[in-house]
Amino acid sequence: MNHNELNGESFDVVVAGGGNAALCAAVTAARAGARVAILEAAPRHMRGGNSRHTRNIRTMHVAPTDVLVEAYAEDEYFDDLMRVTGGVTDERLARMVIAQSGAAVRWLGNQGLRFQPALGGTLSLARTNAHFLGGGKALVNVLYRAAEAAGVRVFYDAPVTGLDIDGSRFQAATVGGSGAAPARIEGRALVVAAGGFEANIDWLREYWGAAADNFLIRGTPYNRGEVLRLLLDADAARIGDPKQCHAVAIDGRAPKFDGGIVTRVDAVPFGIVVNRNAGRFYDEGEDFWPKRYAIWGRLVAAQPDQIGHVIIDAKPVGRFIPPVFPPVMADRIGELATRLGLDPIVLQETVSAFNRSCQPGEFDHNVLDDCRTEGLAPAKTHWARPIDTPPFRAYSLRPGITFTYLGVKVDATARMQMADGHPSDNIFAAGEIMAGNLLGKGYLAGIGMTIGAVFGRIAGREAAARARN
Amino acid sequence: MPATDVTPATSPSAPHERAEILAEAERQMNICNACRYCEGHCAVFPAMEMRLSFGAGDLAYLANLCHDCRACYQHCQYAPPHEFAVNLPRVLSEVRSLSYEDTAWPRAFGRLYRANGLAVGIITAIVLATFVTGAVVLADPAALWGVNRGVGSFYAVIPHNVMVVLFGAAFGLAMIALGVATVRFWRGMGAGVATSGENIGTGPCVAASARALHDAATLRYLDGGGDGCTYPGEAPSMARRWFHHLTAYGFLLCFAATCVATLYHYGLGIEAPYAVTSVPVVLGILGGIGLIVGPIGLLWLRHVADPVPADPGREGMDAAFIFLLLATSITGLALLALRETAAMGLLLTVHLGIVMGLFVTLPYGKFVHGFLRLAALARYAIEKKRGQAL
Ligand SMILES: Cc1cc2nc3c(=O)[nH]c(=O)nc-3n(C[C@H](O)[C@H](O)[C@H](O)COP(=O)(O)OP(=O)(O)OC[C@H]3O[C@@H](n4cnc5c(N)ncnc54)[C@H](O)[C@@H]3O)c2cc1C
Ligand code: SF4
Ligand code: SF4
Repeated sequence: MNHNELNGESFDVVVAGGGNAALCAAVTAARAGARVAILEAAPRHMRGGNSRHTRNIRTMHVAPTDVLVEAYAEDEYFDDLMRVTGGVTDERLARMVIAQSGAAVRWLGNQGLRFQPALGGTLSLARTNAHFLGGGKALVNVLYRAAEAAGVRVFYDAPVTGLDIDGSRFQAATVGGSGAAPARIEGRALVVAAGGFEANIDWLREYWGAAADNFLIRGTPYNRGEVLRLLLDADAARIGDPKQCHAVAIDGRAPKFDGGIVTRVDAVPFGIVVNRNAGRFYDEGEDFWPKRYAIWGRLVAAQPDQIGHVIIDAKPVGRFIPPVFPPVMADRIGELATRLGLDPIVLQETVSAFNRSCQPGEFDHNVLDDCRTEGLAPAKTHWARPIDTPPFRAYSLRPGITFTYLGVKVDATARMQMADGHPSDNIFAAGEIMAGNLLGKGYLAGIGMTIGAVFGRIAGREAAARARN
Repeated sequence: MPATDVTPATSPSAPHERAEILAEAERQMNICNACRYCEGHCAVFPAMEMRLSFGAGDLAYLANLCHDCRACYQHCQYAPPHEFAVNLPRVLSEVRSLSYEDTAWPRAFGRLYRANGLAVGIITAIVLATFVTGAVVLADPAALWGVNRGVGSFYAVIPHNVMVVLFGAAFGLAMIALGVATVRFWRGMGAGVATSGENIGTGPCVAASARALHDAATLRYLDGGGDGCTYPGEAPSMARRWFHHLTAYGFLLCFAATCVATLYHYGLGIEAPYAVTSVPVVLGILGGIGLIVGPIGLLWLRHVADPVPADPGREGMDAAFIFLLLATSITGLALLALRETAAMGLLLTVHLGIVMGLFVTLPYGKFVHGFLRLAALARYAIEKKRGQAL
C-alpha cells in the first residue's frame, strides 16, 4: 500500500516500525478491536528490521519442550541477566519480561511460527533459546500474515519522519517516502517499535569518531534512529548509555549493511589475531567463541584502522563452521603477510614468538584445554598450538554493529516516560527502542527478541485500551 | 570470479550453463552452511552440514534430496533482491536437471533433457501417430470403426500378443534404463563427506532403504513440519502434497490395474474387457480419477506459484510429464465410458499410443526424479546413522 493513500487518515493505534516488537503490538492491538496501521520504513522485501536476521529467542521453561532441553528457571534467567549487565537493569521490568517469556513464545507458536532444536554450532543454547524454524524471516512472515488477517493495514516504504506530540500526547505522525509528498496520519495512540540507530553512521560518529566509518552494520540499513531522535527531541526520558553498542568481530569483507549471520568468523580461538601492525593484542583463547565474539567487536574497534586478521594453519580446518568468504592462503607466513598488506618480518616474528611460547598439552577444542602460552604478552590461555602447518590462512575482522543501547524509558505497561518524570499520555514503546531499560550494558543471546515479544504484546494491549478511552 | 565468492557471478534470472550452475550452487551452499537457519526444514541442510566443500557429486546428492518445497527461499533473509541472492530451490532444480542428464542410459539420450518438454512431446507424437497409422493400416476396419462389445473386442483392434510384446519390451527397457541411471547416480554422488572418506558402495542397507521409501512415499519433506510447504506462495499449504499424492498413487493404481489384468489374462484365463465392478477396472477408475485431479491441481499450482524460486529451465520437463499423465488418464477413462460405442477402436488406439509414449519417455523425463530422490534419501539415511555434523 502506498502511504500517499493514507494522508489525512486516522487510526486508533499507529505503530512506527515493522519488526518483531511492532508486529506483536499491531496483532495484539487489532485483536483487541483497534484499527491499526503499521508504518514500516523498509520496502516489502526488506521488511522486518533486524528481527529478519535473528535465529532464536531466549525463554524460561520449567520442563523440557519439543525443542528445548532440561529446564531454564526464572531465577536462573534473571541471574544470567544480572551477570551480563553487572546489575545495570530495571529489576522489576526484567523479572516481568522473564516471567512472561514462556507465554510470549507460545503465542508466537500459535500465530504459526515453528521452532527447531538448537542449530549445529549453537548447542550451548539448546537449553535456553528456542530457535525459529527458517530463522527470523519466517517469524516476520508469520506475523505479517497474522497482522493482515487481524485487519491491520500495513504500509511499506513509509518512514516516520515527524511526530506531532502535544506535551506528552501523540497526535499524528508524518510519513515521508522517497520522492513522495509527506503524509499525515493521525492516531489515538502510538506504539514506537522502530529499533535503534545502529545504521546511522553519522550518529555513531558522535560517540566513536572517525572509527565509526570502518564499522559494518550487521542488520537492516533502515534502523537509523529517526523515531528515537524525534522522541528525545520531544522530551522523552532517555535510558541507556549512548556510547554502548553490541559489536561483534565479523569478516572484514562483509557488505556495509545487512550481511547478517553468515559474515561470522569462528576461527579466532584456533589461531592468533594480529592488528595492522602485525602484533597480537588480546588473549584469543580466553573462553569459548560464543562467549567471546561480542567483546572482539570492541577489541577490533580499538585497533588502528579498526581491522584485525585471524591467522591459523591447516590443523584446525574442519573444526569450526566454514566462513563464507574464502581465506587468504599462503604456504609461508611472510607471503601471507604480503598478501594481507602487513609487514612480513614483523608477522614472522609475532608467529615465531607465539610458537616458541606454546606449552605442550592435550588439545581439545570442546573444553577449556591446557594448551597455553608461557611468557608471552598477551598470553593465549587455551587452545594454543604452534602455527606451523601450511597452508596458512587468514580472515580479516572488522567490528560489526548489531544494535545500540540508547532508548526511551518505559514503565511496566510499556508506557513511555517523559523527562519530567510523568508518563506520556498515549505513547508506548517496545523492542530495541526501549531495550536499554533492561540492558544497561552487556548482552544475553536471544533476549532482544524476548524483550520485543513481551513488550510488543503489552504495548499493543495498552495502546488499544488507551485508544478506546 | 571464484565460486566461493559471496555475491553471484551471473545474473540470478538468466539461464545458466553447467559450470555456472555448479559454481552458483556451491556459492549458495557455502552461504547456507555458515547460516544454517533452515536446518530443520528438510534433509538438504543436515546433509550439507556434514560437508566442508561441495563438489559436483555432493551437489547432485543434495539437489536430489531437495523436494522443491520452497520454504528455505521464503524464509531466507538473503533471497533476491538481496545481494547474496540465495535461491536454493531454483539452483538445486538446475543441478537436478544436470544429474538426470549425466546419468541417462544410453548416455547420448542425456541430451533429451536439454529441451525436455519438446523432446517428450515429439516422441509421444511420433509414437501416437505410429499407433494410429498402424491400426488404420493393419486392423480389421470393422473392429476399428464398428460397435464391438464383449470378450476379444479390444484384441480385434490390436492383437493381445502384439500388445504384450510391445508394452513388455518398452516397459522392460524403461526399467533397465531407470535402473542404470539410479546406479550411476548412486555411484556418482557425495564424494566429499567430511566425516568418513569411505564410499558407501552399491549395497544400500535395508534399514536405509526402508527409511527412504517411507520418507518418499509420505512426501515427508513436503509437510513443512505439519503445516505444509510454502508452495505456491508464502503461506504454508498442503495442496502440493495432496495433489502429488493423488498423482503418484493414481499412477500406481493404474499400474496395479494393468498388472491384475495381466494376471487375469494369463493366470485365470479371463480376457478383457472386464466388468466395471472387476478388480482391474475399479483400480483403474480410482487411479484414473487421481491421475486427473492430481495433475490438474499440480498444473494449477504451477500457474499461480511465486515465479522467483521456480526454475524456468524445468518448465517444459515438468509440464510434458504432467500432460502425458493427464492424457493417459483421460483417454483411459474415456475408453471405459465409451467402450461399447463405435469410438472404442480409435480411443483404444490413442490410449495405447499415449501409454506407449509415456513408457518410452519414462527414463528420459520427469519420472526419474522419483528414483534419484529415493537413492539420495537412502544415502541420507545411511549418512545420518554414521555421520556427524560439524
Ligand atoms: C545479524 C543479527 C542477528 C541477531 N540475532 C538475534 C537472535 O538470534 N536473537 C535475538 O534475540 N536477537 C538477535 N538480534 C538482535 C535483534 O535483531 C533485535 O534485538 C530485535 O530484532 C529488535 O526488534 P525490534 O522489533 O525492536 O527492531 P527491528 O526488528 O530492528 O525492527 C525495527 C523496525 O523499524 C523500522 N524503522 C526504522 N526506522 C523507522 C522509521 N523512521 N519509520 C518507520 N519504521 C522505521 C525498521 O524498518 C524495522 O522494521 C540480532 C541482530 C542482528 C543484526
Ligand atoms: S536458505 Fe537462507 S536462511 Fe536458509 S540456511 Fe540458506 S542462507 Fe540461511
Ligand atoms: S526447497 Fe525445500 S526441500 Fe528444497 S532445499 Fe529448500 S527447504 Fe529443502
